Amino acid sequence: MSIFRFFLSSPQKTTAEHAKERLQIVLAHERADRSSPDYLPLLQKELLSVIAKYVQIDEKKVEVKLDRGGDCSMLEVNIELPSPDARRKAAAKAANS
Amino acid sequence: MAKIIVMTSGKGGVGKTTSSAAFGTGLALRGFKTIVIDFDVGLRNLDLIMGCERRVVFDFINVINGEANLNQALIKDKRVDNLYILPTSQTRDKDALTKAGVEKVLDELRRDFDYIICDSPAGIEKGALMALYFADCAIVVTNPEVSSVRDSDRILGVLASRSRRAELSLDPVEEHLLLTRYDPDRVEKGEMLRVDDVLDILAIPLLGVIPESQAVLRASNVGMPVVLDEKSNAGQAYLDAVARFLGEPVEHRFVKPEKKGILQRWLGRTA
Ligand SMILES: Nc1ncnc2c1ncn2[C@@H]1O[C@H](COP(=O)(O)OP(=O)(O)OP(=O)(O)O)[C@@H](O)[C@H]1O
Ligand SMILES: [Mg+2]
Repeated sequence: MSIFRFFLSSPQKTTAEHAKERLQIVLAHERADRSSPDYLPLLQKELLSVIAKYVQIDEKKVEVKLDRGGDCSMLEVNIELPSPDARRKAAAKAANS
Repeated sequence: MAKIIVMTSGKGGVGKTTSSAAFGTGLALRGFKTIVIDFDVGLRNLDLIMGCERRVVFDFINVINGEANLNQALIKDKRVDNLYILPTSQTRDKDALTKAGVEKVLDELRRDFDYIICDSPAGIEKGALMALYFADCAIVVTNPEVSSVRDSDRILGVLASRSRRAELSLDPVEEHLLLTRYDPDRVEKGEMLRVDDVLDILAIPLLGVIPESQAVLRASNVGMPVVLDEKSNAGQAYLDAVARFLGEPVEHRFVKPEKKGILQRWLGRTA
């Protein structure tokens, strides 16, 4: 396709329209981050230390999120536990040492 | 009791100082006793834009440190009654600007003035936070351009969470959008965000649209707030914004391309 066809045929979005769309997307994310309460990082850290007493976990595998709804908000905690295989290896290593 | 207005933006170079000088002069022309304070410690420029750079003896920081009193540091404008400038320090470090110090100076000024305009430095660091902390009202200066709009959104978040009004759970800081360096011709070509796009995104009331104008540079060359160039479109747009600020319903001008004469149109087409 020639450059001319590219510009002439399809009704192209103007660069200003691109700007508006990009801003709307990026600001939607930034505003959501901003409105998350500041106790979340601490909550995440404490949860991690409690869980670590029972299972060995990777601290990057814990995610704490707050979803704000109309009447209620939901605190979502996602913790990915290691596979049984990995756990067995870790236990064996601990027993050997 | 004065109303404290912060001229803020997040992004640098969008027209805060130009707007502080113009808006302050406009309020004074309307008979309100107005002072414009430069919060850009280390990068003093308001004095140049307002044409009083040779009259600076003491500054804002001297007053905060108790090395001079307010009357020694205030500069009365020679052209416009009711207009005063408090310049900032050119040399000292930004830590000189303490919350307690700023509060003391503002409290003293509050008794005497109708409006206090705080010309904020760029960024969201200490200087910018100090400039907005005590504000009753914020004029968010924005250019129709992605990074400026994003930074304005950011500064709106800061106003809503870190101003004195937010910390004490008082009525929130009043917010106004001042869209500057607007070029209707480029908007028409689809090359620049339109007023409505920016309003959709930032969702705060529009105080004014200041067109991109050669008069701004000319005015700054001679140290004259651009509103004193009554023939300029930028000057008129600032005066309109002041009128709206005072509650007068004034229609927005300079948002559509100027109608061109036949000769200009012909030249434009062949160019
Ligand atoms: N409406 C306008 N038309 C044309 N030029 C303008 C306009 N408004 C501002 N400018 C120019 O933009 C430049 C930056 O303006 P100004 O110093 O007021 O910005 P600022 O936000 O105070 O910058 P800083 O963040 O560095 O304090 C200046 O050169 C000024 O002349
Ligand atoms: Mg400035």
